[in-house]
Amino acid sequence: MAEYMEERNEHSINTKTKSLFDDEFLEQIRRQMLKFATLQLSDAHLAEDVVQEALVGALKNARSFGGRSALKSWVFAILKNKIADALRHKHRVIDASSLLREEDEEQDFADLFNERGFWPRGEHPTAWSSPDESLREGQFWRVFEACLENLPGNQARVFMMREFIEFDSDEICSTLEISVSNLNVMLYRARMRLRECLGNHWFMERG
Amino acid sequence: MLNCREVTRLLSAAQERELTLKERLSLTIHLSWCSGCRTFSKQMQTLHKITRAYVKGKNEGQNNE
Repeated sequence: MAEYMEERNEHSINTKTKSLFDDEFLEQIRRQMLKFATLQLSDAHLAEDVVQEALVGALKNARSFGGRSALKSWVFAILKNKIADALRHKHRVIDASSLLREEDEEQDFADLFNERGFWPRGEHPTAWSSPDESLREGQFWRVFEACLENLPGNQARVFMMREFIEFDSDEICSTLEISVSNLNVMLYRARMRLRECLGNHWFMERG
Repeated sequence: MLNCREVTRLLSAAQERELTLKERLSLTIHLSWCSGCRTFSKQMQTLHKITRAYVKGKNEGQNNE
Protein backbone atom coordinates (compact mmCIF):
# COMPACT_ATOMS: atom_id res chain seq x y z
CA MET A 1 0.00 0.00 0.00
CA ALA A 2 2.74 2.41 0.97
CA GLU A 3 4.53 1.64 -2.27
CA TYR A 4 1.38 2.28 -4.22
CA MET A 5 1.02 5.67 -2.59
CA GLU A 6 4.61 6.45 -3.44
CA GLU A 7 4.00 5.57 -7.03
CA ARG A 8 1.06 7.92 -7.12
CA ASN A 9 3.10 10.67 -5.59
CA GLU A 10 5.76 10.16 -8.14
CA HIS A 11 3.38 10.81 -10.96
CA SER A 12 1.22 13.49 -9.48
CA ILE A 13 1.67 16.75 -11.31
CA ASN A 14 2.02 18.96 -8.28
CA THR A 15 4.70 16.89 -6.65
CA LYS A 16 8.01 18.57 -7.17
CA THR A 17 11.47 17.35 -6.41
CA LYS A 18 11.23 18.37 -2.80
CA SER A 19 8.70 15.75 -1.79
CA LEU A 20 10.07 13.17 -4.18
CA PHE A 21 13.44 13.21 -2.57
CA ASP A 22 12.52 13.67 1.06
CA ASP A 23 14.94 13.13 3.93
CA GLU A 24 13.83 9.62 4.60
CA PHE A 25 14.38 8.53 1.03
CA LEU A 26 17.76 10.22 0.86
CA GLU A 27 18.84 8.67 4.12
CA GLN A 28 17.88 5.24 2.88
CA ILE A 29 19.77 5.67 -0.36
CA ARG A 30 22.76 7.08 1.53
CA ARG A 31 22.91 4.03 3.78
CA GLN A 32 22.90 1.70 0.79
CA MET A 33 25.62 3.70 -0.91
CA LEU A 34 27.73 3.76 2.20
CA LYS A 35 27.53 0.04 2.67
CA PHE A 36 28.62 -0.54 -0.89
CA ALA A 37 31.41 2.06 -0.83
CA THR A 38 32.80 0.82 2.48
CA LEU A 39 33.08 -2.72 1.21
CA GLN A 40 34.87 -1.59 -1.94
CA LEU A 41 37.26 0.85 -0.34
CA SER A 42 37.56 -0.72 3.11
CA ASP A 43 38.03 2.77 4.46
CA ALA A 44 35.10 4.35 6.29
CA HIS A 45 36.24 7.95 5.85
CA LEU A 46 36.98 7.63 2.19
CA ALA A 47 33.63 5.90 1.74
CA GLU A 48 31.82 8.79 3.46
CA ASP A 49 33.58 11.22 1.15
CA VAL A 50 32.75 9.52 -2.12
CA VAL A 51 29.14 8.97 -1.07
CA GLN A 52 28.80 12.62 -0.13
CA GLU A 53 30.28 13.77 -3.42
CA ALA A 54 28.08 11.46 -5.43
CA LEU A 55 24.94 12.60 -3.62
CA VAL A 56 25.71 16.27 -3.97
CA GLY A 57 26.51 15.80 -7.64
CA ALA A 58 23.29 13.94 -8.30
CA LEU A 59 21.04 16.31 -6.38
CA LYS A 60 22.29 19.30 -8.29
CA ASN A 61 20.42 17.86 -11.22
CA ALA A 62 17.57 16.44 -9.20
CA ARG A 63 14.96 18.39 -11.09
CA SER A 64 15.70 16.65 -14.31
CA PHE A 65 14.78 13.27 -12.88
CA GLY A 66 11.42 11.74 -13.54
CA GLY A 67 11.32 9.87 -10.29
CA ARG A 68 13.08 8.07 -7.50
CA SER A 69 14.03 5.14 -9.59
CA ALA A 70 15.82 7.32 -12.13
CA LEU A 71 17.55 9.28 -9.41
CA LYS A 72 18.72 6.13 -7.69
CA SER A 73 20.21 4.69 -10.88
CA TRP A 74 21.93 7.98 -11.57
CA VAL A 75 23.30 8.33 -8.06
CA PHE A 76 24.72 4.81 -8.17
CA ALA A 77 26.25 5.42 -11.57
CA ILE A 78 28.04 8.46 -10.14
CA LEU A 79 29.06 6.54 -7.05
CA LYS A 80 30.47 3.78 -9.19
CA ASN A 81 32.73 6.25 -11.00
CA LYS A 82 33.83 7.91 -7.78
CA ILE A 83 34.74 4.55 -6.29
CA ALA A 84 36.58 3.56 -9.45
CA ASP A 85 38.65 6.77 -9.24
CA ALA A 86 39.35 6.31 -5.56
CA LEU A 87 40.46 2.73 -6.16
CA ARG A 88 42.74 3.72 -9.01
CA HIS A 89 44.42 6.36 -6.92
CA LYS A 90 44.79 4.39 -3.81
CA HIS A 91 46.34 1.00 -4.28
CA ARG A 92 45.48 -1.43 -1.60
CA VAL A 93 47.02 -4.74 -0.87
CA ILE A 94 44.79 -7.59 0.09
CA ASP A 95 45.76 -8.99 3.43
CA ALA A 96 47.90 -11.92 2.38
CA SER A 97 47.05 -14.07 5.38
CA SER A 98 43.33 -13.77 4.72
CA LEU A 99 43.97 -14.75 1.13
CA LEU A 100 45.69 -17.86 2.34
CA ARG A 101 42.87 -18.74 4.66
CA GLU A 102 40.42 -18.49 1.83
CA GLU A 103 42.78 -20.70 -0.12
CA ASP A 104 41.80 -23.65 2.05
CA GLU A 105 38.35 -23.36 0.72
CA GLU A 106 39.09 -25.64 -2.18
CA GLN A 107 37.79 -28.37 0.07
CA ASP A 108 34.40 -26.68 0.24
CA PHE A 109 33.63 -27.49 -3.34
CA ALA A 110 35.23 -30.89 -3.17
CA ASP A 111 31.97 -32.62 -2.32
CA LEU A 112 30.21 -30.91 -5.20
CA PHE A 113 32.09 -33.20 -7.56
CA ASN A 114 33.12 -36.83 -7.36
CA GLU A 115 36.76 -37.94 -7.25
CA ARG A 116 37.02 -37.73 -11.03
CA GLY A 117 35.67 -34.17 -11.06
CA PHE A 118 32.20 -34.98 -12.39
CA TRP A 119 28.82 -34.20 -10.83
CA PRO A 120 27.99 -37.19 -8.66
CA ARG A 121 25.15 -39.40 -9.86
CA GLY A 122 21.82 -37.99 -8.71
CA GLU A 123 23.40 -34.70 -7.64
CA HIS A 124 23.48 -32.75 -10.86
CA PRO A 125 22.65 -29.05 -10.63
CA THR A 126 18.89 -28.49 -10.60
CA ALA A 127 17.52 -25.83 -12.91
CA TRP A 128 16.34 -22.62 -11.27
CA SER A 129 12.69 -22.01 -11.89
CA SER A 130 11.49 -18.69 -13.34
CA PRO A 131 14.46 -16.51 -12.40
CA ASP A 132 12.98 -13.50 -14.18
CA GLU A 133 9.97 -13.48 -11.90
CA SER A 134 12.26 -13.60 -8.91
CA LEU A 135 13.85 -10.32 -9.90
CA ARG A 136 10.53 -8.64 -9.30
CA GLU A 137 10.12 -9.97 -5.79
CA GLY A 138 11.28 -7.93 -2.82
CA GLN A 139 12.07 -11.00 -0.77
CA PHE A 140 14.41 -12.25 -3.48
CA TRP A 141 16.61 -9.16 -3.16
CA ARG A 142 16.84 -9.62 0.58
CA VAL A 143 18.02 -13.18 0.05
CA PHE A 144 20.52 -12.05 -2.60
CA GLU A 145 21.87 -9.36 -0.33
CA ALA A 146 22.26 -11.85 2.52
CA CYS A 147 24.15 -14.17 0.15
CA LEU A 148 26.49 -11.35 -0.86
CA GLU A 149 27.12 -10.53 2.77
CA ASN A 150 27.98 -14.13 3.48
CA LEU A 151 30.82 -14.15 0.99
CA PRO A 152 34.28 -14.06 2.54
CA GLY A 153 35.45 -10.42 2.51
CA ASN A 154 37.97 -10.56 -0.30
CA GLN A 155 35.69 -12.57 -2.54
CA ALA A 156 32.87 -10.09 -2.05
CA ARG A 157 35.13 -7.19 -2.81
CA VAL A 158 36.64 -8.70 -5.92
CA PHE A 159 33.27 -9.92 -7.15
CA MET A 160 31.69 -6.49 -6.81
CA MET A 161 34.68 -4.77 -8.29
CA ARG A 162 34.22 -6.97 -11.32
CA GLU A 163 30.43 -6.95 -11.59
CA PHE A 164 29.44 -3.60 -10.14
CA ILE A 165 32.36 -1.27 -10.66
CA GLU A 166 32.97 -3.12 -13.91
CA PHE A 167 36.73 -3.14 -13.67
CA ASP A 168 38.34 -5.62 -16.03
CA SER A 169 40.75 -8.31 -14.81
CA ASP A 170 43.86 -6.21 -15.38
CA GLU A 171 42.48 -3.28 -13.47
CA ILE A 172 41.48 -5.42 -10.51
CA CYS A 173 44.83 -7.17 -10.46
CA SER A 174 46.83 -3.95 -10.52
CA THR A 175 44.58 -2.25 -7.96
CA LEU A 176 44.79 -5.11 -5.50
CA GLU A 177 48.21 -6.33 -6.52
CA ILE A 178 47.15 -9.90 -7.06
CA SER A 179 47.85 -12.28 -9.92
CA VAL A 180 45.35 -13.10 -12.64
CA SER A 181 45.16 -16.69 -11.49
CA ASN A 182 44.44 -15.54 -7.93
CA LEU A 183 41.72 -13.32 -9.25
CA ASN A 184 40.17 -16.09 -11.31
CA VAL A 185 40.13 -18.40 -8.34
CA MET A 186 38.48 -15.77 -6.14
CA LEU A 187 35.83 -14.91 -8.72
CA TYR A 188 35.15 -18.59 -9.31
CA ARG A 189 34.65 -19.18 -5.61
CA ALA A 190 32.44 -16.15 -5.19
CA ARG A 191 30.22 -17.31 -8.04
CA MET A 192 30.11 -20.89 -6.73
CA ARG A 193 29.10 -19.65 -3.31
CA LEU A 194 26.47 -17.27 -4.59
CA ARG A 195 25.04 -19.98 -6.80
CA GLU A 196 24.88 -22.37 -3.89
CA CYS A 197 23.40 -19.77 -1.56
CA LEU A 198 20.69 -18.71 -4.00
CA GLY A 199 19.97 -22.35 -4.77
CA ASN A 200 19.58 -23.27 -1.12
CA HIS A 201 17.74 -20.22 0.08
CA TRP A 202 15.63 -19.18 -2.81
CA PHE A 203 15.27 -21.36 -5.88
CA MET A 204 15.09 -24.65 -4.07
CA GLU A 205 12.43 -23.56 -1.63
CA ARG A 206 10.25 -22.39 -4.45
CA GLY A 207 10.97 -25.24 -6.84
CA MET B 1 38.60 -34.36 -22.11
CA LEU B 2 37.29 -31.86 -19.58
CA ASN B 3 35.58 -32.93 -16.41
CA CYS B 4 32.71 -30.98 -14.83
CA ARG B 5 34.91 -29.18 -12.34
CA GLU B 6 37.09 -27.86 -15.16
CA VAL B 7 34.01 -26.87 -17.12
CA THR B 8 32.64 -24.83 -14.20
CA ARG B 9 36.00 -23.03 -13.98
CA LEU B 10 35.99 -22.26 -17.68
CA LEU B 11 32.43 -20.97 -17.53
CA SER B 12 33.49 -18.59 -14.79
CA ALA B 13 36.65 -17.53 -16.65
CA ALA B 14 34.59 -16.85 -19.77
CA GLN B 15 33.08 -13.90 -17.93
CA GLU B 16 36.52 -12.25 -17.68
CA ARG B 17 38.25 -13.17 -20.90
CA GLU B 18 37.61 -14.61 -24.29
CA LEU B 19 38.19 -18.34 -24.27
CA THR B 20 40.67 -19.84 -26.70
CA LEU B 21 39.44 -21.82 -29.67
CA LYS B 22 40.53 -25.03 -28.03
CA GLU B 23 38.72 -24.17 -24.81
CA ARG B 24 35.57 -23.25 -26.68
CA LEU B 25 35.61 -26.52 -28.59
CA SER B 26 36.13 -28.69 -25.52
CA LEU B 27 33.42 -26.73 -23.76
CA THR B 28 30.93 -27.21 -26.58
CA ILE B 29 31.63 -30.92 -26.72
CA HIS B 30 31.25 -31.33 -22.98
CA LEU B 31 28.04 -29.31 -22.83
CA SER B 32 26.57 -31.36 -25.66
CA TRP B 33 26.39 -34.45 -23.50
CA CYS B 34 26.41 -33.08 -19.92
CA SER B 35 23.05 -31.69 -18.80
CA GLY B 36 24.43 -30.88 -15.34
CA CYS B 37 26.93 -28.43 -16.80
CA ARG B 38 24.31 -27.01 -19.17
CA THR B 39 22.20 -26.21 -16.14
CA PHE B 40 25.21 -24.77 -14.37
CA SER B 41 25.98 -22.60 -17.38
CA LYS B 42 22.44 -21.19 -17.35
CA GLN B 43 22.76 -20.49 -13.65
CA MET B 44 25.96 -18.53 -14.26
CA GLN B 45 24.16 -16.43 -16.86
CA THR B 46 21.30 -15.84 -14.45
CA LEU B 47 23.69 -14.89 -11.67
CA HIS B 48 25.30 -12.35 -13.98
CA LYS B 49 21.91 -10.91 -14.86
CA ILE B 50 20.91 -10.73 -11.20
CA THR B 51 24.05 -8.85 -10.17
CA ARG B 52 23.58 -6.40 -13.03
CA ALA B 53 19.98 -5.74 -12.04
CA TYR B 54 20.96 -5.40 -8.41
CA VAL B 55 23.19 -2.37 -8.61
CA LYS B 56 21.63 -0.67 -11.57
CA GLY B 57 18.65 -0.01 -9.35
CA LYS B 58 16.36 -1.33 -12.00
CA ASN B 59 14.49 -3.02 -9.26
CA GLU B 60 13.82 0.13 -7.39
CA GLY B 61 11.37 -0.48 -4.58
CA GLN B 62 12.41 -4.11 -4.51
CA ASN B 63 15.99 -4.12 -3.47
CA ASN B 64 15.45 -1.49 -0.83
CA GLU B 65 16.14 -2.59 2.66
